[in-house]
Amino acid sequence: MTAEWAGAAPLLEMRGIGKSFPGVRVLQGVDLTLHRGEVLALLGENGAGKSTLIKMLAGVHRPDEGQIAIDGEPVDLSGPDASLAAGIGVIHQEFQLVPGLTPWENIFLGREQTRWLVDRRGERERAERLFEQLGAEIPLDTPCGELSVAQQQLVEIAKALSQDVRLLVMDEPSAALSPEEVPRLLAMVEELKRRGIGVIYISHRLEEIFEIADRVLVLRDGEVVGSGATAGLTRGRLIEWMVGRSIEREYPKQWHPRGNVRLRVEGLRRGTAVRGVGFEVHAGEVLGLTGLIGAGRTEVARLLFGADRADAGEVWLDGRRLQLGSPARAIAAGLCLLTEDRKHQGLVLGAGVLENFGLPNLEEFSGGGWLWGGRERRAFDGHAERLRIRLANPAQPARQLSGGNQQKVVLAKWLQRQAGVLIFDEPTRGIDVGAKYEIYQLINDLAGEGKAIVMISSDLPEVLGMSDRILVMHAGRVTGEITDVAHATQQQVMELAVA
Amino acid sequence: MNTQRQSRWSGHWLLRDYGMVVALVLLVALFSWLTLTEQFPTGEDAGRQVAELVLAQPDSPRGVLVVVRDTPEDWAFAEEVERGVKAGGATVLARVRGGAPDVRQAIERILAEGGTIDAIAANEVTASWSVYDRFPQLDQVPRVKPQPYPWPNFLKLSNLLGVANQTAIYALIAIGMTLVIVTGGIDLSVGSLVALSSVSTALLLRDWGGGAQAGPAAIVLAALVGTSLCAVAGSLNGVLITLFRLPPFIVTLGMMMMASGLAFRLSEGRSIPELPAGFAWLGRGRMVGVPNPVWLMLGGYLLAHVCMSRTLLGRYVYAIGGNREAARLSGVAVNRVLLLVYTLSGALAGLGGLVLTSQLSAGDPKFGQMYELEVIAAVVVGGTSLQGGYGKVFGTLIGAFIIAVIKNGMNLLNVDPYNQKIVLGGVLMLAVLLDTAKRRSGH
Repeated sequence: MTAEWAGAAPLLEMRGIGKSFPGVRVLQGVDLTLHRGEVLALLGENGAGKSTLIKMLAGVHRPDEGQIAIDGEPVDLSGPDASLAAGIGVIHQEFQLVPGLTPWENIFLGREQTRWLVDRRGERERAERLFEQLGAEIPLDTPCGELSVAQQQLVEIAKALSQDVRLLVMDEPSAALSPEEVPRLLAMVEELKRRGIGVIYISHRLEEIFEIADRVLVLRDGEVVGSGATAGLTRGRLIEWMVGRSIEREYPKQWHPRGNVRLRVEGLRRGTAVRGVGFEVHAGEVLGLTGLIGAGRTEVARLLFGADRADAGEVWLDGRRLQLGSPARAIAAGLCLLTEDRKHQGLVLGAGVLENFGLPNLEEFSGGGWLWGGRERRAFDGHAERLRIRLANPAQPARQLSGGNQQKVVLAKWLQRQAGVLIFDEPTRGIDVGAKYEIYQLINDLAGEGKAIVMISSDLPEVLGMSDRILVMHAGRVTGEITDVAHATQQQVMELAVA
Repeated sequence: MNTQRQSRWSGHWLLRDYGMVVALVLLVALFSWLTLTEQFPTGEDAGRQVAELVLAQPDSPRGVLVVVRDTPEDWAFAEEVERGVKAGGATVLARVRGGAPDVRQAIERILAEGGTIDAIAANEVTASWSVYDRFPQLDQVPRVKPQPYPWPNFLKLSNLLGVANQTAIYALIAIGMTLVIVTGGIDLSVGSLVALSSVSTALLLRDWGGGAQAGPAAIVLAALVGTSLCAVAGSLNGVLITLFRLPPFIVTLGMMMMASGLAFRLSEGRSIPELPAGFAWLGRGRMVGVPNPVWLMLGGYLLAHVCMSRTLLGRYVYAIGGNREAARLSGVAVNRVLLLVYTLSGALAGLGGLVLTSQLSAGDPKFGQMYELEVIAAVVVGGTSLQGGYGKVFGTLIGAFIIAVIKNGMNLLNVDPYNQKIVLGGVLMLAVLLDTAKRRSGH
């Protein structure tokens, strides 16, 4: 043990961590320290090296250079087992739960307690105690696939705790939660802290960071560009660290004159999810549509677009009645939907970027079924330049792009359609600050061109910052409209959302 | 950052997309080496060579006896020898065609007439007959035969064309299967559809077309009906899979049983050999020396390749296999494309049945059994993922040839058929293993 580590050794100490993949350096000289009962926020744009760093803790990658020590003892995290044995738990953005198994079966998966046969009662009781300690109520016998996202997250946390984890890495834990669920998550993190567990918390939402984190560490291009106690830092400073330049206004909202009604919706319903929704959007207007998860916002968008079948409802696009029920018809009529789930609904991940871009536009690039690749390529290049899509070549699989660039590819494919009405469902979820800013500017430009935009978002500052008008939904109905957005508050929106 | 990593590893497009080409080339090299044997030229080339050798003998032979067997190839040889020898100023005393007794009679006659045999022009077989030893006068007479040269049995043109011909039907059906598998589905019914098209076409020809006397119009009509029947069966698969959202595995398993049952019912379980001679053109005819099924296969692959890489249909097929929901939400008519793909698979199986019927000169409900597995194996060995979204039609062609070459090579090496099966199973697993490893390193 060296002198530097004498005294009360920190829980986790990473020193001079470096990692290269063939042809590219991902991390260089990264130092990271975490104490017991401390929350460290790890920030950085997509591609900054955060995930590689986490994967080292999870035992997926091994550092080329540098050392990792737990309680001052150097450890070799050679695999997930070694990582778990060292007391490190990682909760990935995408949960690792088996949907058909109950919470307690998932918690003890692979570590079943046996007395000849699996001790089902014992496992269930232990799980119950774990949830009690966390102050959470979870239906213990419901398959995890039927639980809400927030509940699944709790199961993940309980699973980590059941493994006597002393260090918990949480990757974007709030990304999939609705605004009302976030405070509960933060309370949970407080509880972990109180128990002396060290938490590495990754998030793009700066508000949460200021609320929960003791210290902040910012990565850019694989190096630490800034760190310090949260108390002494400002929002602007963090953003500057992350993007490498200062951004004057986080939400560069521009107001455009309101034109004719481009989209009119009346009496839209589907089961209990959407119970009679109607609204109008004008040319040049950005309509913010918000509410809690499950309030029916995404469902409304899917019904308009024809992705799901509506029980009832009428939709007019530029005064013309749209026959619902088919995405192809909606697209042809000049409507497009940027889905909330980029990976499962927006992109064919294994296919090339160009193929993804072309998908809704192939008829434009073809004659008699024959595809003119040159036209497609030229059209894409135009968008790539305008949207500043960074990629090695257009044939590259979409899977390899960062979240921000993926989202831009989806945007490009819809922009090419020249649709008059655009529905953006969570357009900036999981996207770093720099790319977010570019997407906001694009929304401004589109509104300026006289398009009508519906922006669905759970990110309240974003809704307040970018909308001309806000609709709030609750339990399948529109419960309120805010027209004076400039003077609206988050409180006001939340009251309508939980109404 | 992953982008640079990818570009370093992806390598040349040929290797990336058709890495199995290398495997095929290696297999060809291996079997060429293992089947390397002494070959003897035959026919006209051999005749020219032997004539020159005869004339080059010491003491410039005057009278030459030509001995060949009674086969067209040997006749051509004998004629060429005679022409060459005459041009060199020598005489051909006799051309013997047939067996050893004919040779003996001919020699006895020549000797009786007082002729002198200065040289015997023969081929590898006739030169080694022992009949010459009966005549002490012939002790000093050189027996000239073609010079042997080393060449692999595998690489003989006739063998290679045979391999291509045997692969053609599988490969043809595998085009449709590739499309189906790229969309993320599977079609187990193709083998039974081969039997259905075979039986229905043969029955139509026998009962309505006039059997062996059927004219070209009847042949074309019967073939069209047989193929269309399979296309309809394929589209029925498609309808069940798209409209009712049933799993392709189950739907096509059902169709496999139904089509097979129907084929047996229609034919009452018997073979139907009453086919017109003209029907053999499809399976046994040749153009420019290449069997017609091989032409059909090559044409089919060219068309399919263009279709998959240059048309909307191809793009949509890949997109649906990669992410059906994303394709639907991008406005792709997913159901229509799937319907078309399953219909095409059925129609190609029907076409395969026609070729097989033509090759074997009979319709038979037992045709095509296990073809679905052979075809799926070719697709998988060719690098198409059963998960859907990836795959190339030319990869499938190469996959089909890899399997065919291994089978043929083992036959030439006299490997026991049971052992052949074991080897082929291993090859299938190895191919998927390599492909999986390649994908893992790629992502």
